Amino acid sequence: MTAAAMTGLLELAALSVRVGGPEPRTLVHGVDVSLAPGERLGIIGESGSGKSLTALAVLGLLPYPLVAGGSARIATPDGVVDVVGTPARRLDRVRGAIVSAVFQEPLASLDPLMRIGRQLEWPLRRHRGLRGDELRRAVLDALAEVQLAEPERIARSYIHEISGGQRQRVAIALALAADPQLLIADEPTTALDVTVQAGIIELLQREVTDRGMSLLFISHDLPVLAGIADRVLVMKDGRQVELGATAQILRAPADPYTAQLVAASRRLDEFLPVQGGAGAPDAAGAPGEEAGA
Amino acid sequence: MTDVTPLLTAENVGFGYGRSRPVLADVSLAVAPGASLGLVGESGAGKTTLLRLLLGLEAPTAGVVRFDGGRLDVRDRRAMRRFRRAVQPVYQDPFSSLDPRMTVGRSIAEPLRSLQIEGDHRARVAELLAAVGLSAEAADRYPDAFSGGQRQRIAIARALAPRPRLLLADEPVSALDTSVRMTVIELLQRLAREQGIGFLLVSHDLTIVSALCERMAVLESGRIVEEGPTGSVLTAPAHPYTRRLIASVPRLPAV
Repeated sequence: MTAAAMTGLLELAALSVRVGGPEPRTLVHGVDVSLAPGERLGIIGESGSGKSLTALAVLGLLPYPLVAGGSARIATPDGVVDVVGTPARRLDRVRGAIVSAVFQEPLASLDPLMRIGRQLEWPLRRHRGLRGDELRRAVLDALAEVQLAEPERIARSYIHEISGGQRQRVAIALALAADPQLLIADEPTTALDVTVQAGIIELLQREVTDRGMSLLFISHDLPVLAGIADRVLVMKDGRQVELGATAQILRAPADPYTAQLVAASRRLDEFLPVQGGAGAPDAAGAPGEEAGA
Repeated sequence: MTDVTPLLTAENVGFGYGRSRPVLADVSLAVAPGASLGLVGESGAGKTTLLRLLLGLEAPTAGVVRFDGGRLDVRDRRAMRRFRRAVQPVYQDPFSSLDPRMTVGRSIAEPLRSLQIEGDHRARVAELLAAVGLSAEAADRYPDAFSGGQRQRIAIARALAPRPRLLLADEPVSALDTSVRMTVIELLQRLAREQGIGFLLVSHDLTIVSALCERMAVLESGRIVEEGPTGSVLTAPAHPYTRRLIASVPRLPAV
């Protein structure tokens, strides 16, 4: 733990990611941003921009032979932890309880051989100290909270027995089980159908608001990000090229790359009729969930 | 347009495996020469199966697929060769659709060889590369020298090689980054405008369908639930599923 005080929940200072070994190479060059409690920050970038590596570095989950540099400091009740340089063993108290994550592919965080209920028991027991009936009730509550119908059935199911959208809801329930202060969502809806995506985004928004959590949302899709983030950090080729309020970035992007991205997204958006125009759809209805896998 | 023989039609087409619920049921659609139709649906709706039937890669278990008025019959090799000259596919993933061991020029000329189209293939390749906005030198390089967007241009050049009348495109821009997506859409728009090529575009993305297709059909659970001019369907969707689909598309806030 470092002595310097923090005002935010997360502070990245010159955070970098390098490939170590005989031919070292830098993949992420110095990301600087801080995240206040309850704030929603979006990171946008195209493939190879380094946005996902940044997320993994914050979680202390960079795969070998990648190493982080600079600092990624997180405020915890026991003091400030710099993820860069803290041994994995010590990060166990930070991950899950303080910072948690959902990824593009829910199967990455779910065990195919364990019933879903059992997987949820683990963090609930470990972080909230629940046992017996209380624990069983908490599992069903957690599944109901992410709006999975028939929580009993889902708890008894294996992951291959439910649909992609349902899996992502389970992954979210798992990420929220220890009541984290920061949720990192890395392209959580990219693999999903658009109607399912709408339901997942709505769920994330509601959970973040209700729990007063901070959100770090990573996406390649500006319209998705614009609907979620208060501020946007733009990355290109491993570099942070712009950081600003979402409305400001959309209205007057300062960096040429951001301007190009905003213009392309705007032109794609303009192919569709104006929102709320004639014949605009009424309520989107229940979040779309295809039945079974 | 009604007195023109449609180039490609599906008439009450169905497809299923054994006694399980059919993948497609009673699907009818038609693409006139030079026309563009977008087929929209989500995963499991039957889009890819329908595309396989329309490409003659699989025979329907009910109904008929017709090309130029005649029944598409995979066993009729001469008719299939004529069909493949006229109808060419473009796939989603430009990384897996090009052979990494073949030069780009050879890949683009491949349909000319397999369909036994005579002429100066090298000159045709140069012309095609120019048409998709790539330099003639690209012909001597391998796919790994190109970005995703450039590879998709190469795949489009290959599809254009036999001078088809219709492109059957399966999610042609879904794998591409936003800025590249726009440029490929513009390329396809230009091909439609300048060369009068028709499109049957299969996508989950209403944006590209809106950009490229005069008409659209919505496929849900193996059935077409709505069909009409793209503008009318998007502004006044009649089916609840279409409404939900449109409402789910994330939009950029106005500034």
